Amino acid sequence: METMMTIDASRTDALTDTLTEYVTVVIGDQLFGLPIEQVQDVFMLDGLTRVPLSQPEIAGVLNLRGRIVTAIDMRRRLGLPRRDDGVKPMAVGIESKGESYGLLIDTVGEVFKLDDSTREPNPVNLDAHLARISAGVHRLDGRLLVVLNVDRVLDMGGEAMAA
Amino acid sequence: MDDLLREFLTETNESLDVVDVELVRFEQDPNNANILDNIFRLVHTIKGTCGFLGLPRLEALAHAAETLMGRFRDGLAVTGEGVTLILATIDRIKTILDMLERDQQEPAGEDRDLIDELERQAESVAPAAGGADPAEPEPEVEASPYQALERPLRPGEVPLSELERAFRETPGPLAELPAAAKAPSKANTEPGAAKGEDEKGDAKVVNQSIRVNVDTLERLMTTVSELVLTRNQLLEIVRRHEDSEFKVPLQRLSNVTAELQEGVMKTRMQPIGNAWQKLPRVVRDLANELGKQIELEMHGADTELDRQVLDLIKDPLTHMVRNSADHGLEMPDERRALGKPEKGTVRLSAHHEGGHIIIEIADDGRGLDLEKIKAKAITNGLATEAQIEKMTEAQIYKLIFAPGLSTATTVTNVSGRGVGMDVVRNNINQIGGTVEVKSVPRAGSSFVIKIPLTLAIVSALIVEAGGDRFAIPQLSVIELVRAQANSDHRIERIKDTPVLRLRNKLLPLIHLKTLLKMEESADSGSETGFIVVTQVGNRTFGIVVDGVFHTEEIVVKPMSTKLRNITMFSGNTILGDGAVIMIIDPNGIAHVLGTSTSAETADEEGTVRQHAANENTTSLLVFRAGSPEPKAVPLSLVTRLEEIDAAKIEVGNGGRLVQYRGQLMPLVSVNDAAPVRSEGTQPLLVFSDEGRSMGLIVDEIVDIVEDQLNIEVTSDTPGLLGSAVIKGQATEIIDMGHYLPMAFEDWLLRKETMMRQRAQTLLFVDDSAFFRNMLTPVLKAAGYQVTTVGGAEDALEHLKSGHRFDVVVTDIEMPGMNGFELAAAIQADPQTNELPIIALSSMNGSDVVERGREVGFQDFVAKFDRPGLIAALKEQMIGEAA
Repeated sequence: METMMTIDASRTDALTDTLTEYVTVVIGDQLFGLPIEQVQDVFMLDGLTRVPLSQPEIAGVLNLRGRIVTAIDMRRRLGLPRRDDGVKPMAVGIESKGESYGLLIDTVGEVFKLDDSTREPNPVNLDAHLARISAGVHRLDGRLLVVLNVDRVLDMGGEAMAA
Repeated sequence: MDDLLREFLTETNESLDVVDVELVRFEQDPNNANILDNIFRLVHTIKGTCGFLGLPRLEALAHAAETLMGRFRDGLAVTGEGVTLILATIDRIKTILDMLERDQQEPAGEDRDLIDELERQAESVAPAAGGADPAEPEPEVEASPYQALERPLRPGEVPLSELERAFRETPGPLAELPAAAKAPSKANTEPGAAKGEDEKGDAKVVNQSIRVNVDTLERLMTTVSELVLTRNQLLEIVRRHEDSEFKVPLQRLSNVTAELQEGVMKTRMQPIGNAWQKLPRVVRDLANELGKQIELEMHGADTELDRQVLDLIKDPLTHMVRNSADHGLEMPDERRALGKPEKGTVRLSAHHEGGHIIIEIADDGRGLDLEKIKAKAITNGLATEAQIEKMTEAQIYKLIFAPGLSTATTVTNVSGRGVGMDVVRNNINQIGGTVEVKSVPRAGSSFVIKIPLTLAIVSALIVEAGGDRFAIPQLSVIELVRAQANSDHRIERIKDTPVLRLRNKLLPLIHLKTLLKMEESADSGSETGFIVVTQVGNRTFGIVVDGVFHTEEIVVKPMSTKLRNITMFSGNTILGDGAVIMIIDPNGIAHVLGTSTSAETADEEGTVRQHAANENTTSLLVFRAGSPEPKAVPLSLVTRLEEIDAAKIEVGNGGRLVQYRGQLMPLVSVNDAAPVRSEGTQPLLVFSDEGRSMGLIVDEIVDIVEDQLNIEVTSDTPGLLGSAVIKGQATEIIDMGHYLPMAFEDWLLRKETMMRQRAQTLLFVDDSAFFRNMLTPVLKAAGYQVTTVGGAEDALEHLKSGHRFDVVVTDIEMPGMNGFELAAAIQADPQTNELPIIALSSMNGSDVVERGREVGFQDFVAKFDRPGLIAALKEQMIGEAA
């Protein structure tokens, strides 16, 4: 543990004592965290229009207060089965390169303030789907929180081509 | 990119555009010191900024140009040569700027050529200027006493003394302000002050505008669109509550929103003059090149339109102005002879009309040549002589927008480089505009373009497919057809390909939900639905949808980058009810449909593309007749597919006939083994040419396939060209040349055509698309690599463009340039005078043959004598080899 922290500290330079706030969400059974400054809003999914011929991860497009938001099905993105409990999914609104996206998640949880120094790198044996979009892991009481790397979540083009 | 550099590029490009225009003005009015001052100032600023940013190459060029202009300012006589040179320098600067923008660094290299020339001119004129003006500011090289540099000044560098003087002379801001305030009173007494006041005025105008990033404006536009939608929703709610207290404030909100929307739209507007800026220069260069005198008049340059639209019409406008100057205006002596002023005028004007901008390009030249257009149209198979007879003049003029019709017989450097009026029209159509032509012989012609002011809002048809709604832009929709089983309009199928008979034509159909893969099973089996007849370029097709709602003005919003790879959509939009829907891109659909779903494939880029298409794939109609093996015929030969009532087949005149469209149409069987039905329906392939039709009796139509037609095994059986592998199956290719004379003995006699080839390249010239399509497979079967063109003019163009051919086979009777003239032209060109030419003719009189020999035909073959043609070709080739 000690070693781990030292490595982390050296990597993030002077950020040893920095706290990052995470919006936590649940997808499947896993808890994830999104850095709060990247989250624009959280909304109920309503009026989604599917886009034919699009990549399977793209659930569709929707109108969120006049902006067209591209909805990304995080279950698909993580290779998880579809949810069939009929509950309307929630979405976390994020913005990247001037475009709006909504990440479809199961439920949204509270906001955690976590010390960057306790963030650990991905375990080497982490599931490939997860490893691609994870920026590290925080150990909480009794659960693990996977930090989402938003840029990589949205980077589907390369993968589609490789597939 | 560095902000400073970006700013520099934007500004310099703008300045250079102004310099372009001003120089042309200056050339016409060399004594106008104001224009020269303006140019001088702009170039000077460019030079200064380049020096500041460390761009030595640009700096040196600007410096040399400035020096020469300095001479002009000092009284040197302004020559056309000098102006041309400066213009060339400006062009070079622009090229370097482009590279700078791309690579973010100044490209290596030198511009000694231009600089030397500029210096030479500046020198040569120096004596003329005489000692009258000893104050030559820039080229001063002597170091002043204050000069601290221990080397001679580089071009563009200014001696320190000069700089000092500049500082001293420049009025400080404090001195300036009160002077400006007092200016009006001063102006009366002191001319110098009046000038100062002018400049001040200019500065004020500049200060009133600011640069705003386009993205900022776009975002503003999006926000306002959203506001409009919200307002609409609110209005809808209030409408349901009759006496709401919200009514009045909401009305106000509504008005303010409308004003805001209008205001924001305005920020996207730019004067059309921005698109015209380059034209004076273009016209000037053109006039020099062509030896014409041309005056370019511009009216309404301040008429505003959306900058997106502006960008899109820039090129078509330039092309049309070039066209008017090149083809429209006569040479000066010609004009004099006609009693016109030697100087021709091209007049450009713009004004608003409703939600559109009207742009007119007019010239006082010779007008369009009606006869030439007619001849060209017939040669290229755009219309038959009979059709042309019936056309009004306006309709004939309109033909110039058809693909492959350029009336210029000589291809000049100016126009006629493959971009025709058809491309211009397509570009204009694409942005929802129209273009019309008017012409008066000897008095000139004019083109009127009407385009919408903005593309941000388009009218769209909202349709439903597979349970979702989509928007189809109205401007590509021609009509809507409701298809129902058992009605006139029903969806028919050729194997799996849906088609619709629409006014005697087969319209290829595509189900939107199939195209978008919205349904797992191909449940497109239903024969009902709405067909949106859509036109893209020259291609027409039908999009089958489940329902059509209404048309709506939609605000086009760009798609997410994650979706841009889907070519079926051009964007998305938010409807009035708040739902997001995708906007269908008809271009994308046309692309998927392939290039030759019908005979009228677009050949807008001229004949070259047509050849490419010919050599690649052919649409083939696969059917069965008389045997289980599939047979095929090029689809382009087939006019229609029909099913007739077998009971209506009559026997007479030694063959079978059927009454078809008021005429008796002969029916021919593929072979004796093919049964003719006596009851039920009998499928037919109908072939028509010049008003005659024949029906080929078949058992069953199997499919339409797109494949390469490589006849691998040639056949001796009459009626068969040979066999080819089509979609993995050996298929017999039918030789229509065999069947047509069976129906009409003189079918081939009336027209002429034939050709063939054996690994050699062959250029086949025939004005009839029908015979071209028929003989191309015949010649391919004989082993030739065939290039077909529809007229002698195109043939010459081809030969001149460096394509090598071993032999030319040409029809004789063609509209426009006939076969004899073609042969003479080929013989006259030293590059092609060795080329063997074989003529196809039904006229075999000895006088014709004699005349043919004189102009250089190696051989004469009757059009129907295909073995004779093959033999003649063989003979030619052996002769060549020997």
